[in-house]
Amino acid sequence: MINDRFQNRKLIIGGLMILVVLIYVVRLFNLQIVDESYQDKADSNAFQKKIEFPVRGLIKDRNGKILVFNKPAYDVMIVMREIKGLDTLDFCNTLGIDVENFNARMKEIENKAGYSSYTPQTFMNQLSAAEYGVLQEKLFRFPGVYIQKRTLREYDYPNAALLLGSIGEVRKKTIENDDFYVAGDFAGQNGIELTYEKELRGEKGVEILLRDAHGRIQGKYEEGIHDVPSVPGKNLMLSIDIDLQAYGEELMRNKVGSIAALDPSTGEILALVSSPTYDPSQLVGRQRTKNYMQLVNDPLKPLFDRPMMACYPPGSTFKLVNALVFQQEKIINRTTSYGCASGYHVGSFKVGCHAHASPLNLVQSVQHSCNAYYCAGFRTMLDAPKYKKVADAFEVWKNHVVSLGFGYRLGADVPNEKRGYIPNSEVFNKLYGKDRWRSLTVVSLSIGQGEILATPLQIANMGAIIGNRGYYYTPHLVKGIEGGEIDRSFIQKKVTTVDPQYFDPVIEGMELVMRAGTGWSSRIDSITVCGKTGTSQNPHGKDHSLFVAFAPKVNPKIAICVVVENSGFGASWAAPIASLMMEKHLKGYIPSNRKYLEERMFNANLLPIVTPN
Amino acid sequence: MSRPISIIRSLDWFTIALYLVLVILGLAAIYGAVYNFEDTALWDFSKRYGKQLVWIGLSFVIATVLLMLDSRIYSSFAYFIYGASVFLLIVTVVFAPEIKGSRSWLVLGPVNIQPAEFAKAATCLAVAKFMSSYGFKMTNIKDILRLCAIIFLPVALIFLQDEAGLATVYFVLLLVLYREGMPGIILFLVFCVVVFCIVAIKFGDVAIIPAYPNEAFGLLLVMIMSMAVQLVFLQVYPKDFLTARNLLIGTLVIFGIVSALYFLFHIPVRFTLVGYLTIALSIVYLLVTGFLRRKWAYVGIASFLIGSLALANVTEYVFDNMLRPHQQNRIKATFGMIDDAKGVEYNVKQSVIAIGSGGFSGKGFLNGTQTKLKYVPEHDTDFIFCTVGEEHGFIGTMTVLALFLILLLRLLYLAERQRSPFSRIYGYCVVAILFYHFAINIGMVIGLTPVIGIPLPFFSYGGSSLWGFTILLFIFLRLDASRKEYLKT
Repeated sequence: MINDRFQNRKLIIGGLMILVVLIYVVRLFNLQIVDESYQDKADSNAFQKKIEFPVRGLIKDRNGKILVFNKPAYDVMIVMREIKGLDTLDFCNTLGIDVENFNARMKEIENKAGYSSYTPQTFMNQLSAAEYGVLQEKLFRFPGVYIQKRTLREYDYPNAALLLGSIGEVRKKTIENDDFYVAGDFAGQNGIELTYEKELRGEKGVEILLRDAHGRIQGKYEEGIHDVPSVPGKNLMLSIDIDLQAYGEELMRNKVGSIAALDPSTGEILALVSSPTYDPSQLVGRQRTKNYMQLVNDPLKPLFDRPMMACYPPGSTFKLVNALVFQQEKIINRTTSYGCASGYHVGSFKVGCHAHASPLNLVQSVQHSCNAYYCAGFRTMLDAPKYKKVADAFEVWKNHVVSLGFGYRLGADVPNEKRGYIPNSEVFNKLYGKDRWRSLTVVSLSIGQGEILATPLQIANMGAIIGNRGYYYTPHLVKGIEGGEIDRSFIQKKVTTVDPQYFDPVIEGMELVMRAGTGWSSRIDSITVCGKTGTSQNPHGKDHSLFVAFAPKVNPKIAICVVVENSGFGASWAAPIASLMMEKHLKGYIPSNRKYLEERMFNANLLPIVTPN
Repeated sequence: MSRPISIIRSLDWFTIALYLVLVILGLAAIYGAVYNFEDTALWDFSKRYGKQLVWIGLSFVIATVLLMLDSRIYSSFAYFIYGASVFLLIVTVVFAPEIKGSRSWLVLGPVNIQPAEFAKAATCLAVAKFMSSYGFKMTNIKDILRLCAIIFLPVALIFLQDEAGLATVYFVLLLVLYREGMPGIILFLVFCVVVFCIVAIKFGDVAIIPAYPNEAFGLLLVMIMSMAVQLVFLQVYPKDFLTARNLLIGTLVIFGIVSALYFLFHIPVRFTLVGYLTIALSIVYLLVTGFLRRKWAYVGIASFLIGSLALANVTEYVFDNMLRPHQQNRIKATFGMIDDAKGVEYNVKQSVIAIGSGGFSGKGFLNGTQTKLKYVPEHDTDFIFCTVGEEHGFIGTMTVLALFLILLLRLLYLAERQRSPFSRIYGYCVVAILFYHFAINIGMVIGLTPVIGIPLPFFSYGGSSLWGFTILLFIFLRLDASRKEYLKT
């Protein structure tokens, strides 16, 4: 053989293997046989490992008001093989249960899959501090009974339930995927509690206690050098202003819909109202399951996070987007006028419009929300010779719309944001056949109806983009993390494909809406508000009332979208609510001459009549 | 040249039996690890234990197919298989999503595949093919460079997938090169490089004396170790006892004096400077001696000293200035330099406690408490040996060690009895890779080697790793079954 002279090297390689194994044998012999500190021959259960649960991080609002904090709760744990000789009657009296309950519960525990008599089993969940006090005094009489301290959430305000989210027992899947959790642990289930679970939860600690054969704690193992202290979770500061949030929830009482308000200069969400809502403290403690089922079965769906998840056709508010896109594509300019004969007519095809002067220029078209103007503009764009085909023109249009924050998730820090819907040309190719559709086929998109959907958050974000003249920051709920940093994507400016100069006529139009247009009744003294009403057609019932606005006109501090479902025209409900929210945010109070409006909003009941199924 | 031989009769059933025993013990260990006391009605028996059963079933299918193929396929298609697996690794680098901080998993519907596990067998085939090709010489520098390229291509790709642990596996193929004629000195030098790097980092933060906090103890240790190695080299290569003696005496005198100055008279000494001085003197002495005796060996030893110093300095510089803080912390935690509450060091501490608490005969099957309550993370994958140690005690750990040693020695024996260099080299590759996994995995669980997250062959939970090792092993068994088709040369 070729390499015969190296054959002896097999001995060295084999020797190396034997050497390694020998070293390991010696090490294991030391660990497992010689070093008795690791084991206790009398009882394999010499160590009692007590998990020290970390304190979950607090959640504060943008002004530092504490929204969510912790309260202790106590689980009663028992180790079955240690409770022989337990005075059952005394134990039951202490906990306020009867002996039959006790026996039934014990049987239940023993029949659980994976039951072991060596490890602590949960006997009773979440004792209150008072119940714990009574048990604690007598605990020495009950060998094998332990108390596991946990923290539950407590809320200072009955508001913002959906965006805060709640904590609950971890699911099987989460336990498998994350080594942090064991069965029975609590973790964020939705809202901020879920998105920021890793920041809020902290690090578990462990205390290793030594026990003798009777299960009595003898003290810390090796003076606690193996103990690991728990690390508290990080506190979060939300961008939400809890007073504005509470005010918004009050305004939306007895209405179905949502408010999304954000600061255009940072993308920070100031209020996020989903109505109807509920008190977050309903989902804490032993009542959680019962209350949760009640909310699930409510026909008005209070658990549905409307500002993030409800998708509506944006209606006339979408004309703002089209005004921008048409200008950017040089289809129209500030002076372009289109006539309107109570609507837009092509042969027998008609899109109606209300009475106003004709023809209108761009600024006036925004002010009067003229349907014909946008139908004409949209068709001019799609049929423009500079794009080869209608489909190509449509793609250009779609890309501009997407850059303005529609059609995809904005990437907010909530787990359930929806993306809305903006079709591409493929959709119509499939529907009508390739190149078998014309500009007239899709003309309803020009006035925000038809195959487009947007969430209230996306519409509010559009308001921010217009206020900023062409850019935005990803809307987000968390402003700061104590001892950490917020996601970098929240501080990166997102620039749209529409150039800043094209925003001016649109903003002027929006200003006129509030001065002398559909938003007139919702104007605010001494603050220039720019707004646009909208009506979202609803095939299932009365139309939804929409309103988008930002204020003040220069360097806006708030952009807002209000949707009131089944309430008809945008100016009647959505616009007043939005104006009150903006005034509250900018001035801090509602002046007396507007109290009547506030009163009217508080008292209105616009709930649809639903029959429970 | 070849004559047909019945596969059934010529298969090495002993190894197959060992394989079966290991796989079944692994399954039992995973069952023990996953089995959970605290879980109630949610407990689903078809979870990881059941999945591993499926992986095992499929690996039997894979093994059977591999055994039924013609043995010549493996050498004929070696490069093709290698190319395909490199392609798969590239695809992984580009497309894999991030799962638990690693980007090495391809998501194929319900299953995740880790191509890095399959690249091992493919690389071994290519290495064996290349080294057994006509005209390959261990002494030809071009051949060696090509061989290195074959080995380092997958290493680089796996490293890009954030799987540094799996990437290190390939370095063990040096053992194969050693068996095939690579000078032992290279193996030793590589060993020195690894040890010096670790020492330079581990003691990089420790000041030699408080007066000069910037002078790291690590550098001094590397100096002392390299001087010790130099003495050994002098004995082995030029067989020059006299020079070695003079150098030793000189070094001891210098260090004796400065130590006395420091310890007796408390004069702060710059030990690093003294070290540099001593080494510089040694180098001059070696070079002069080499020149006088016209022997290059002295120059070689001198360059070893220079290289060691350069290595230690570069290592410290790279570590301090080019790594980001979180990377530094991870390495520091691996070497036990910082106490990270929930990190690597914690895992090892818990793992050692779990194994230690197993005692002589263990706590009994399914009765382990430390592993199950997740004090030991990854207790069904990388730390599976921990479950064995806790539930079956010393008896259990010895059984596993013995089984692996028998398997490794058996494979060594099989590799040596091959008649074709291709089969022998491939066999050695298999032995080397299994040995590396075995040694590093168990070493990290019992706290002797750094924690680099590689699985224990046949034991750890996971389809990809089980299939990877099955393929590795059964290709060799197939080659072995055909060994008599080659006439003795």
